[in-house]
Amino acid sequence: MSTSVLFDVPGPRTRARHRIYSVVSILVIIAAVAFAGWRLYAEGQFEYRLWEPFLTPFYIAAIGEAWFQTVSMAVLAILGALVVGVVFGVGKLSDHAFVRWPCWLVVEFFRAIPVIMLMILCFYTVFGGLDIYQAAFMACVLGLTIYNGAVLAEIFRAGVLAVPKGQAEAAYALGMGKTQVMTFILLPQAVKIMIPAIISQCVVALKDTSLILIVTGVGLTRVAKTMPQEFHNMVPTTIVITLLYVITNLVLTGLAKLAQKRLVGEKKPLEIGATSMVDEADGLAAR
Amino acid sequence: MDVVLDSLPELGKAFTYTALLFLVSAVFSLILGTILVAMRVGPVAILRAIGTLYVNLVRNTPLLMVFFFFSFAGPIIGLKFHFVDIHIGQFDFTSFFTVAVISMSLYTATFICESLRSGINSVPLGQAEAGRAVGMTFGQVMGNVVLPQAFRASVPPTVSALIAMAKNTSVAAVFGVAEATSQMASMTNDHAPDRWAIFTAFAIGYIVIVEILSFIAMFFERRWRAA
Repeated sequence: MSTSVLFDVPGPRTRARHRIYSVVSILVIIAAVAFAGWRLYAEGQFEYRLWEPFLTPFYIAAIGEAWFQTVSMAVLAILGALVVGVVFGVGKLSDHAFVRWPCWLVVEFFRAIPVIMLMILCFYTVFGGLDIYQAAFMACVLGLTIYNGAVLAEIFRAGVLAVPKGQAEAAYALGMGKTQVMTFILLPQAVKIMIPAIISQCVVALKDTSLILIVTGVGLTRVAKTMPQEFHNMVPTTIVITLLYVITNLVLTGLAKLAQKRLVGEKKPLEIGATSMVDEADGLAAR
Repeated sequence: MDVVLDSLPELGKAFTYTALLFLVSAVFSLILGTILVAMRVGPVAILRAIGTLYVNLVRNTPLLMVFFFFSFAGPIIGLKFHFVDIHIGQFDFTSFFTVAVISMSLYTATFICESLRSGINSVPLGQAEAGRAVGMTFGQVMGNVVLPQAFRASVPPTVSALIAMAKNTSVAAVFGVAEATSQMASMTNDHAPDRWAIFTAFAIGYIVIVEILSFIAMFFERRWRAA
């Protein structure tokens, strides 16, 4: 074990005690897993009939399509959110109060309300005329775009502020204008710092695509709702769909870690609090 | 606008559900998060592995799927909460509420665990070493040197996790808890012309909750900054 701030290197008696803890916890875990397995078995959840759809090419293709739909909702939302984020993030950094304050207000507002509310609003007002699944798809993308846009605006701002001050000062000394400094000097360097945080936000967006279930299921949640109606396999369906989400998110998290290592190095990843007040508190803590 | 003013009592009731759901789940997720972080930073390798597995698995699962499991899949394998049937005044706390509390606590505990862990990791190794060097016992090093610093450093991320949970209480709307978002959804359905007003009213409710939490966080940071 690597040296920790919490413990000394254990001596022989402590090690013996730890061995006892290990054995006890292994027994508890085995008991828990066995109990879960027994419950599943007792209720007949291991029957081939319930798992068959997940081995049938037709349904595998349908699930693949649903997965693709879920991922495209997340990707479209993040792409839109990048645009919203740049605009409002740069807006919040503006020297003009009449630009800064509206941007601050919009970002704070949309960061503080649940995404589901945005989705409901978009579903009924903006896309009210469309077919229900199309409307749900679009409402999900638009809701996530607005919410993640507000979060990314904060990430952009933090990223720009994380660029060493000398960079902007040097650029001003060379006679560059404010726009030039932002576009040629600050944003390119900030993007490098931000990429891991943006990929992590993709994980959040992908998880949040499931929330559109409040109006109707789209993508993987639609499979989770309709498959059990046909095959009465609620437990297997829940397990499979959840695993699909988890695996996709783990891949994204891995990418974020890789990007962090390649692009930023050992520095702490950008983290932003839930509101600007928490951000400020965090800044105070770091001081 | 009249619709919003006429249904202020319903609005109040819905937000009371949201607040109660938040408070109960916050308590359980803080307890569970503390247990998880003890497992993750503790000296027993097997518990560390279990803690890491749990955090990585649940953190990457959509909260909605956690709800889905406890609402629909759980009852099939005998995980039922129908024995919960409490009525206080006009508020009902049944299996729906219980499922919401369990799902949100299990989910948010992973984020609480990670924020507490980041607090512990932010304490420099030299602090504990210096404590030992001047002859402090393990308990003194923990109680007087390491944990106070770790706790203070973990307040902002923990509050962020709790704020995220306050917003996540809205997921319970999908699974039959009559909290604010579900009230908003039904009102949006019934009063088409007033959708924007309804949305704004409920948004303000959530913003009040979130800002109260951030204010508490800032208050404690200010207080502890000098120390």
